[in-house]
Amino acid sequence: MEVEEVKLPGLGLLHDFSCLTGRRVGVVSLKNGGRQLIVYDEQDPDSVQVSVDLDADEAAVLAELLGAPKVIERLQRLREQVDGLATTGIPLAEDSPYVGRTLGDAGIRTQTGASIVAVARRDEVTPSPTPDFRFRAGDKVVIVGTDEGVKAAAAILNPSNPS
Amino acid sequence: MHIDHTARLLLELGVVLFGLGVLARVAGKWGLSPIPLYLIAGLAFGTGGILPVEAPDGFFAAGSEIGVILLLLMIGLEYTAEDLVENLRTQAPSGVLDLLLNGLPGAAFAYLMGWGTTAAVAMFGITAISSSGIISKVLSDLGRLGNRETPAILGILVLEDLAMAVYLPILTALAASAGGLSALRSVIVALAVLAIVLFGALRFGPFVTRIVISRSNEVLLLRLVGLALLVAGAAEAAHVSAAVGAFLLGIALSSDIAERIHTILEPLRDIFAAVFFVFFGLSTDPGQLPSVLLPAIVLALIGIATKFGTGWVAGRRAGVARPGRIRAGAALVPRGEFSIIIAGLVASSVTAELAPTAAAYVLVLAVVGPLAPRLAEPVAKRFARPLRRPAASN
Repeated sequence: MEVEEVKLPGLGLLHDFSCLTGRRVGVVSLKNGGRQLIVYDEQDPDSVQVSVDLDADEAAVLAELLGAPKVIERLQRLREQVDGLATTGIPLAEDSPYVGRTLGDAGIRTQTGASIVAVARRDEVTPSPTPDFRFRAGDKVVIVGTDEGVKAAAAILNPSNPS
Repeated sequence: MHIDHTARLLLELGVVLFGLGVLARVAGKWGLSPIPLYLIAGLAFGTGGILPVEAPDGFFAAGSEIGVILLLLMIGLEYTAEDLVENLRTQAPSGVLDLLLNGLPGAAFAYLMGWGTTAAVAMFGITAISSSGIISKVLSDLGRLGNRETPAILGILVLEDLAMAVYLPILTALAASAGGLSALRSVIVALAVLAIVLFGALRFGPFVTRIVISRSNEVLLLRLVGLALLVAGAAEAAHVSAAVGAFLLGIALSSDIAERIHTILEPLRDIFAAVFFVFFGLSTDPGQLPSVLLPAIVLALIGIATKFGTGWVAGRRAGVARPGRIRAGAALVPRGEFSIIIAGLVASSVTAELAPTAAAYVLVLAVVGPLAPRLAEPVAKRFARPLRRPAASN
């Protein structure tokens, strides 16, 4: 896939590429920080059919939506590939004993054999968190292991409400 | 009731500016450029108009000079030196064709009317230069920034603006001199000064940026406008034209702060640019309009055809198919601020018919121009189907 970059003097930059289906899509990055999502016409590939104006925030949300499924897809694939492997993401409840404590304190792997492979917090994901990673309420903890192991880990993190 | 001078000045200024605000709103609603409406307002408020305003002459004269300087400063700000050099390298043939194809009919027209050399050079510029302001607004309103032909269109606009930097000093020198050998000498002097200033602008860009930069918007605004007036005044004194000085200053300023300056300066530019267009209307005698209307319309029709030719060639050079070439030609039609700037520059030193002709010409093309891309769309679409199929199908 080849992304073309064209300068629009006085206005900004244009990036676009052709999808396998033949549709061309692109993004206009304006000097004032605005973005335009553009889709080219099928009949006339030189002309833009749809153009959507996005401000900086909207563009960031769209980029995240387009980029985020990758992580979930990969986990999904992992689960399909390895028989008997369970993956789950559990939100850390407010009353969890580990809010404010580290991943090492929880000792999930030694107790259950399951591993915490990632923690998602609001808009960032920490893959392979280290033992000194500190939990906060609302963190989404992604655990991989056997069925029982994952359940046991969930019970340790949220003893009042093991999901 | 007796109204003293200050009160009268404020009242009349208020009427004019508020009226312009109403007109700009109307133009925005209809997707038109406000420039033709400002011109019409100027004609109406001027001597011999429907609603003559007399007092704020001094303000309008000074304000219109500042308007030109701010207009050109902002155009210069849009581009970096690299933009100019790169477009000169890739688009030069289209740019030269554009200027000749569109400028020569104007010059020929002036000769036919017996207006003389200076007026012919002025008409060359008036008919050649598209309005970059109107065109980039129309392209972005129609969502065509991503179109294949758009870089070619914008490239031509860059070259036209750059050509103005060479053209305006020549025109100013011609208008100021008596003709013959002295005209040639002042043109050469003007070009030499231009070369020195251009070199300075490119070489000392970072230094110039450091002079004006500040965290405070107030400090930045005052320093920038002050420096722009200083440079413009110095350029005017050297017969290079104030507008060119401001344009080169805009190019010299770093693109890092260009966006911030743009935001701060835009409201100021809008006010003074409106004053400039009104002042041009004010100083043009509306009584002369009817007699120049027909020639101006003929000239405008030629101007539409020649811009189509330019767009077609530029589009083909950019590897764009026929519909895109039609769209490119239609997009280039509008003339506006530059044509008026040129006419305003020489209005006092050439035939009195030139200003009303330019006004009528811009009135036609600034109204038809933004509509042309919309009208050309169905034509372009008809060309689209039989020519190309999508690259792949599933």
